Amino acid sequence: MDRPLPEGTPVPARDAAVGPASSRLSRREFASCAAAAAGLLMTACGPKRLLEFPKERLNSRLRDLEREYSRKFATAVTVADTPPMPNVLFAYALDISRCIGCRRCVYACVDENNQSRDPQVHWIRVLQMDKDRGVDFTHADPYYQPKEVPEENHFYVPTACQQCRNAPCTKVCPTGATWTDPDGIVVIDYDWCIGCRYCMAACPYGARHFNWGEPTIPAGKLNPKTHILGNRPRPKGVVEKCTFCIQRTRNGRYPACLEACPVGARKFGNLLDPESEIRYIIEHKRVLVLKEDLNTMPKFFYFYAT
Amino acid sequence: MMRGMRHLSLVAALSALCLVSGGGLSAQSQPQRPTERLEVPPPPFSEGIFPCSACHASMKVNRTRRPLAEMHTDIVLTHDADHRWCLDCHDAENRDMLHLASGERLSFDESYRLCGQCHGEKYRDWRAGVHGRRTGDWNGHKAYLLCANCHNPHQPHFKPIEPKPAPVRPSGPAK
Repeated sequence: MDRPLPEGTPVPARDAAVGPASSRLSRREFASCAAAAAGLLMTACGPKRLLEFPKERLNSRLRDLEREYSRKFATAVTVADTPPMPNVLFAYALDISRCIGCRRCVYACVDENNQSRDPQVHWIRVLQMDKDRGVDFTHADPYYQPKEVPEENHFYVPTACQQCRNAPCTKVCPTGATWTDPDGIVVIDYDWCIGCRYCMAACPYGARHFNWGEPTIPAGKLNPKTHILGNRPRPKGVVEKCTFCIQRTRNGRYPACLEACPVGARKFGNLLDPESEIRYIIEHKRVLVLKEDLNTMPKFFYFYAT
Repeated sequence: MMRGMRHLSLVAALSALCLVSGGGLSAQSQPQRPTERLEVPPPPFSEGIFPCSACHASMKVNRTRRPLAEMHTDIVLTHDADHRWCLDCHDAENRDMLHLASGERLSFDESYRLCGQCHGEKYRDWRAGVHGRRTGDWNGHKAYLLCANCHNPHQPHFKPIEPKPAPVRPSGPAK
């Protein structure tokens, strides 16, 4: 910059116009200022996270998605953005003494939540455990396939997202694509997920699943009632997980896995309602949470009714 | 604590006085939770078997405990069979009804009260929605199931069932 110009080189008009003040602003300073300004401009006017979307933009996004999915799956698909209900904090309870490990819940979840069939994504994983060892993850087997269940000397612990109150997954997300909604559901905005899978590394329950390939759902198998933060068809390269069936429970219904359970081991309700089933369980039964020592504070409880 | 107790007894005494002076109010005016009727699906009768009176009305009641040889041979009782048989639950006078230990008759769609006589803890949990499956709305209308919708009353223990397929094992990168 300060290199002396060879004799006879015409001085650029730019320098002449700016005058002596320009000598105080170095190129580096100018570049960083420009970058900061551009960044500010991009953040203010560029795409926003769902959390901050103005209502009319969100609505147009929902309609766009509906058109896209309806065309792709040749059926009328709805994408809702049902908000959390006031004074509701969802919790789940599962009776370990009843579960027989039949995996009806796993496949009810796949159908309800439009999980990819190939490559296979299962939000619920049923772990078979030894009665002699108790709840012991190092010796748990999710691949058991006997002719009939339950098997002698075994019990079953179905796991899915534990909807932690102190969720490690939401803290590590670099883009803010996952957070806890006021009703306690940990949600993912698939538009903002960049697929870095930090959340999968942070989750101590293996509850988050990555779409390694383009998800496939067989024709006619799509559940057309979807929620933007839940069971809408996902693109390749994003992380997904259980949302307590956000598209059902925010409309007052029970989750799909609960209604599929043939032994009635699954319970769901509002933690803030003293009359709810969930409160009855916590107050009357022996209750535990998985990996309590990690201080994740799950809202998914396991209990023994007998 | 003690003061609270005294308070309670005072309230109890006062309300008793009110009851006596009111005269008309009886304990029955309060909702009787344990016997309140619940909306349940129809009982799972075997096909063509109900009403029982269709055959039994013309038959003489035989109260002798015996293995059934001519009819109902498909029923195998493994529900504390040593201490129980048909007429402990089924009513002999009105064949289309059941009866409690007290002799009170009740219809098949109220059979949960009969089961609750012995399985009181399960009955309490079931009423609270903790035993058995519920469907419907977590904050509104919930559909109950009768005990007999899941448990065969004659062989109440669940039969083992075939599990759905195991998840595929993750495969490593192609070699």
